[in-house]
Amino acid sequence: MNIQPTFKLTTTINSIPVDAEIETRTLLIDFLREHLGLTGTKRSCDMQICGSCTVLVDGKPVSSCTTLAYEVNDREVLTIEGMAQNGELHPIQQAFLDEYGLQCGYCTPGMVLATAALLNENPRPDDTEIKSFLSGNLCRCTGYFPILNAVRRASERISKEEG
Amino acid sequence: MLKPFVIHEPQTPHQASELLNEYGWDATVYAGGTELLLVMKEGLASYSHLINIKTINEIHTIQLVEDDPTLRIGAGVTHRTIETSPVIAAHAPLLAEMERSLANVRVRTMGTLAGNLCFAEPHSDPATVCMAWPGASFELTSTDGIRQVLPDEFFIDLFMTARQENEIMTAINFPLLPSGTGSAYRKFVLLERPSASVAAFVSVTSDMITSARLAVGSVGPVPYRATTAENLLVGEKPGEDLYRAAAEAAASAADPVNDLYGSVEYKRQLIRVLTRQALQQAFERAMGVERL
Ligand SMILES: Cc1cc2nc3c(=O)[nH]c(=O)nc-3n(C[C@H](O)[C@H](O)[C@H](O)COP(=O)(O)OP(=O)(O)OC[C@H]3O[C@@H](n4cnc5c(N)ncnc54)[C@H](O)[C@@H]3O)c2cc1C
Ligand code: FES
Ligand code: FES
Repeated sequence: MNIQPTFKLTTTINSIPVDAEIETRTLLIDFLREHLGLTGTKRSCDMQICGSCTVLVDGKPVSSCTTLAYEVNDREVLTIEGMAQNGELHPIQQAFLDEYGLQCGYCTPGMVLATAALLNENPRPDDTEIKSFLSGNLCRCTGYFPILNAVRRASERISKEEG
Repeated sequence: MLKPFVIHEPQTPHQASELLNEYGWDATVYAGGTELLLVMKEGLASYSHLINIKTINEIHTIQLVEDDPTLRIGAGVTHRTIETSPVIAAHAPLLAEMERSLANVRVRTMGTLAGNLCFAEPHSDPATVCMAWPGASFELTSTDGIRQVLPDEFFIDLFMTARQENEIMTAINFPLLPSGTGSAYRKFVLLERPSASVAAFVSVTSDMITSARLAVGSVGPVPYRATTAENLLVGEKPGEDLYRAAAEAAASAADPVNDLYGSVEYKRQLIRVLTRQALQQAFERAMGVERL
């Protein structure tokens, strides 16, 4: 099998099936932002350091700035646009709001998705686990403490909901 | 924007090697892409053919090979899988420990151990650990056959390895450590990657060091074995003074350069401290004071 310079991508984005004829060289972030208009995913460093472009592929965090859209063929992608349901913020988003876990907001989509990936795997992480998992998501505004509080709060709420 | 390319999806290492034979310089192996795509985005390299080895099923497993007991980690296995694998935790916890502090969780999710080794970036954590690991070897496969290469033959210079153009790294072999052997890996990180790192393996029988392997990484183009330091250790009783002497020997063997990661003297001091710490920890683990 080989994938020619343009090919048909079949994927699921925020639970919606998507088929698109794209160039094989298309980066995931450009597919999301330019082709689908999902501009919640932010590009900053463009080199896998800052995490502002984080999206989840089959629940796992990747840097969409340095991942080919080809990699999400037959997979499920979650972006920040897929977090709120029926007009209601996801508990993680609500926790960021309640704890002032954002200022300019540029890092926030990535922070929220990285938190979602962490809590998927480990619903009650301790502070060391939170810091370690989020160490690749940089924030230039908050000083991180409010973010740590937001993740703690989200973890409490989600574990309570799931009882 | 990246230059246009075709992605090939081989099913076997042999097919992948055939593709490399066929397209030569215009093709490259594509695994997690965490390094490759960065290089391509920077315009430092471009290829018309990416050989996606992730479609080769047989390279995605971690196997415990019972005779010789050895852990065989397939080239498609990601850092994150190694970090979280129960088999690794049970048989080679040092690898999990190393992976936990490598890069960030996104790079670990996509990036492979083999990709890290094949890229041969001078600040590689796994390169240093492999260099010291007793009996570690890399399996390279091509249409010409399969060969096992030792780490000190594999790493030639920065970004340069003994891998031939048509070879795929198919697995990394880590013989299990015998009881009485302790291991440790210490590093100091200022930027994204280590400024200096030290891996130590020591075997102890009735309070005497019977063998020692020390590798120092990130301070030169490739990691080096601190053999003078190793020789100082063997036949001696472990202790603080001995560690200091070995650390001094390991630091004098370094030939670091001044760069963003630190000055020459700073890196030497890091090697001293890290070697002492690694030896202490490896010894404690060998004695079962701390298990690893
Ligand atoms: C932000 C960032 C931080 C990082 N921090 C660290 C760190 O702290 N410590 C550290 O050690 N590393 C670090 N890395 C490096 C990381 O470990 C590597 O990027 C990763 O392991 C490469 O694997 P890959 O599968 O993505 O390789 P790719 O990018 O797909 O390939 C890398 C190179 O190896 C070749 N290749 C890959 N697999 C094979 C194979 N099986 N056979 C033959 N050739 C092959 C490719 O052709 C290419 O030239 C960091 C990387 C980034 C981007
Ligand atoms: S923009 Fe992708 S990690 Fe910074
Ligand atoms: S809120 Fe501004 S970068 Fe994090």
